[in-house]
Formats: sequence, C-alpha cells, structure tokens
Amino acid sequence: MKIKGKVWKFGSDMDTDRIIPARYLNTTDPRELAQHCMEDEDPEFAKKVRAGDMIVAEKNFGCGSSREHAPIAIKACGVSCVIARSFARIFYRNAFNTGLLILECPELVDVTETADVLEVDPSTGTIRNITKDRTFRAQPIPPFMQELISAGGLMEWIKRKGLV
Amino acid sequence: MAKRRPMTIAEKILATHAGKKEVEPGEIVEAKIDIALGNDITAPLAINELRKVGAKKVFNRKRVVLVMDHFTPNKDIKSATQCKLVREFAREFGIVNYFEGGDVGIEHALLPELGLVVSGDVVVGADSHTCTYGGLGAFATGVGSTDLAFAMITGKLWFRVPQTMKFVFRGRLKKWVSGKDLILHTIGEIGVDGANYRAMEFSGDTIRRLSVDSRLALCNMAIEAGAKAGLIEPDETTEEYVSGRAQRRPRFLRSDADAEYVEAREYDASKIDPLVALPHLPENTRPVTDVAGTPIDQVVIGSCTNGRIEDLAIAARILRGRRVSSSTRLIVIPATPHVYEEALRRGYLRVFLSAGAVISPPTCGPCLGGHMGILAEGERALATTNRNFIGRMGHPKSEVYLANPAVAAATAVRGRIAHPDEVVRH
Repeated sequence: MKIKGKVWKFGSDMDTDRIIPARYLNTTDPRELAQHCMEDEDPEFAKKVRAGDMIVAEKNFGCGSSREHAPIAIKACGVSCVIARSFARIFYRNAFNTGLLILECPELVDVTETADVLEVDPSTGTIRNITKDRTFRAQPIPPFMQELISAGGLMEWIKRKGLV
Repeated sequence: MAKRRPMTIAEKILATHAGKKEVEPGEIVEAKIDIALGNDITAPLAINELRKVGAKKVFNRKRVVLVMDHFTPNKDIKSATQCKLVREFAREFGIVNYFEGGDVGIEHALLPELGLVVSGDVVVGADSHTCTYGGLGAFATGVGSTDLAFAMITGKLWFRVPQTMKFVFRGRLKKWVSGKDLILHTIGEIGVDGANYRAMEFSGDTIRRLSVDSRLALCNMAIEAGAKAGLIEPDETTEEYVSGRAQRRPRFLRSDADAEYVEAREYDASKIDPLVALPHLPENTRPVTDVAGTPIDQVVIGSCTNGRIEDLAIAARILRGRRVSSSTRLIVIPATPHVYEEALRRGYLRVFLSAGAVISPPTCGPCLGGHMGILAEGERALATTNRNFIGRMGHPKSEVYLANPAVAAATAVRGRIAHPDEVVRH
C-alpha cells in the first residue's frame, strides 16, 4: 500500500539527543516521548507535525545513543516514514525493531525540501516527490531484514521460532 | 583441509561465537552472547518487550547484567519508577548481576573492573558505549532495547559481520596526551560517520604502551565515529588486568598478520597534542592551544570515558594545592565504588575537596543532561565525557567541549580552556 505525506527536512548528523533529549528518558510512554520529538532542533515540531508526515534528512540520521526511544518518539508523533541519505547503525536496527519505516535514498534527499509531498511504496522502495514530479528508487532493504519485517518484527519472529 | 581465510580479531570473535571456522564481512551470523547489558533507561523497554512475548526466564541468570547508573540516585519520581520496574524484574527472574545503590558504578567502568566482561567475549548492551570493552579485546556493541530483549531471552543475536578499519599509532605520546586524545584525533580525521557499520581496530607501539584505563577510554568513543565496535588486540597488559578479576575464562584472540582490512591508516602519535572537540560534534577537534582562553562555566571529570582511577590521578596531580577558579564549577564523578574508594585511599578526594570541587557519587548524571550538573541557557562546559551534541548537558543553547582529564583539571583552575602546561610548572 502506498503512503503519502508532507515532508519535514532535517540536516546531517541528526543525533538521538536531538530526536529525543535524554531529559525525557525517564519514561517509556510513546505518547509522552512524542511530545518532545525533535524538541532541541525545532521546539514546535511535535505540535506542527501531522499524522502521515515524513522526515527527510541528510547523512547519518540517528547517530549517538542506542535509545530505542528515538524511533518510538518519531513513530508516535505520527511520522509515517524517515528517508535519509544514510542512517547510523544502531538507529537503523532500532527502526526495524520498532516498526518505523526507514529508507535510504540520497538522490531524493538532494531534491526534496520541507513541505514537498511524497508518495512512498514500501513494497518496491519507489518514492515519488509529487511536488517536484520526480521518482526515485530507495536502496533495497537487506534480505535478512526483509525476513524480519515479514515475520512482524524481531519479537514476533522469536515467537514463531518457538524461542520463548 | 582447506585453509581458513585470515581474519581480524573482530571476525575471529564472531566466528567463535557463531560456531563457524571462518566468517567474512557482509555475512549475517547468529552469535552466542556472553553478556547482555541494560541500564535504567533502556532495560525498562527491553523488559516490557520480554514480558509481552511471555518469556518466563532469561537465557542465563548470571549473564544478564542490569546497571542502574544513568538517572541514579533516582533524580525524580519517574526515574524511581523505572528503577523499581527493573528491580522487580531482577528479583522475579533471579538476575544475579543487578546493580544499584552503593554497588552501582557507571556500567562500562564497572563491568571490566568486576571481571564480568573478559577478552574474547561477544557483549551486547542497550547503551551505545558498550563498545568500551573492545579495549580488552572483546567484540562489544550497542543495541536497542528490543535487540537486548531478544538476547536476554535467547542468549543469541544476529549480526552482519563488519568490515574492519585499522588504525596504527606509532611513537611516544607527548606529555598530557592520553587514549582520549588518540580517539578524538581519529574521529577528527574520519568524521562522526567515518566508521559507520564497521569495526575499528587500534594497534601500533603507542597502543601497546597504553594502560587499560586509556584503552577503555579510546574504544569507548568508537561509536562517535559510528563504529559497530572498537577493538585492541589483547597483550600482556590486557592479560595482567583481566586475569586477576575474570569471572569466566578469557580468550586472548589476535588478528592474523594477513587479515583483510577495508582501510588502514597510520598516525604519528608523537605529533598529537592534547585535543578539544568543539560544539556540537565530536569530530570538531582542535589542539587545546587553538581554543585556550575560552571561558568555561562548568568542568566535569567523569563518565564511562574518563572516570577511572588513572583519570582521577591526573586530575589530582594538577589540582593538588590549587583552587578551582571562582568563575567555574568543577564536578568530579568517580565512575565506580572501587574507583571512589581508591581515590579516597590515595588522597585524591581531599585534593578535589580542597580545590573546591563537588564530588558526585558514581552516575552518568550530567554527561547526558540527566542530573547532577545541568547547564543553563548560554552556559559552556568542558567535560571528559564523550558527546557534545546540542543540548547534551542541559539547555539546547548550552555548549559542551570534550577533552581529557588533564585539560579538564587545568581548565577548572583557570576558569577558561587551558593547556595543562599553563598550570603545572615542570
């Protein structure tokens, strides 16, 4: 199923402290974390973002801490997808484990600005920038991770394999 | 029998834990986990996941380690509630290595000190600085809470075998230069994503002469270059450190001479000055003399990077008989109860008190802007910690400069960024 959303563009090296500052890590409640998403980068972000909106960012998105609260906060504030030039390693794993859709697509990042509207087909990795009328193909998701996704995530996979 | 491919230490450790003769970069392996670590921030999420799938036990009650170090002593009601959740879980599941109160130390200083992690281990921790243990020759990597939950239940986790980058340091270090400066130098060279998805291996005669404390500090910040792990091959120094405290049998593995590296860099370590990383990325490194004179409101000496006894020793050496400038505040945080006790025994704590420092109990506290030294708008700190991101230590309009403990102590005395030579006469 294709998803459509409006873009919020961010720069390079968006670290997890900016995605969700550590001072709010005294809770695991997604709704509470969502209220502070991107707060130190854009204090109004959590108020402005609408369900279905997308984040587009430059290189090394999610660098820094291993806090899974980062993808949880992004997902809980309604963001449907994060597309970046590249992702930091731990964030990449955490996004899959928490069911946040993420795609790497440098070419799209080059031309996309805040308020552009994108249409993403997660099954093919095709991303269309409707505003700019350009279509791109994201980097393919590694096969092993596809297997995890189709199992419904790491913890569903664990149940299916009877490992609990 | 076919000869196996030559491997780096990272590949060898993953191969031994995946039950394979050899592995190669890019391959996905399922590796046995020696230690699965969580803290008061990340363990609650892992425990929620673990309970959701109905797990009734962990893979090994001694191999799951839970350290309440970030927002402790509990800074507020919510933090106390998080710790309570972990404590109750630890009791119910019979977790042997649960640490809080007077037993707690900063996790990445505590685990090596207690011999809970040893050379040759595969360690996963829901904390990005888990890579610290590479200083002992372990493959240790930060993961999120769901991966931690998986490891806690199954004792295994999947990994993509990383390519290894080699960093060779040659030559004698200048005075006041430590493992911290070598890693700051490296990050300054390759950038904060220069080693993304890769393992970093540090070697050369300079590394061989480093103490274990300095090696742990060096590998601690491999994540600041995006690395999956940072490793130093074990040698006599490692063996001496590990043998006296290991709770399990260590495996001292070394890279094959003909192992393949994706990239190799060589540095003349004798040319490296004490460095400072300017806001707001660890890659913004400059020699301390370039930024000397910058006024500093708060100095923090501590953290999983630089809160060990060697760090407090150098700080005490500089602070002995001197006072912290009236324009700055100095907070000293011994990383573990043992470090605290040793600093007491050696008289360092008296030196710090006489100098006008605050001595904090072991905690991550201010490093991540948790508590015990938060910055106001416009304030500037110099810290021996590992991150200087926007808002890291408090207000989004505050600043953090990163440096080694000698620079930090000298800066505290001057109230502005200072080279230790400015303060200590030879």
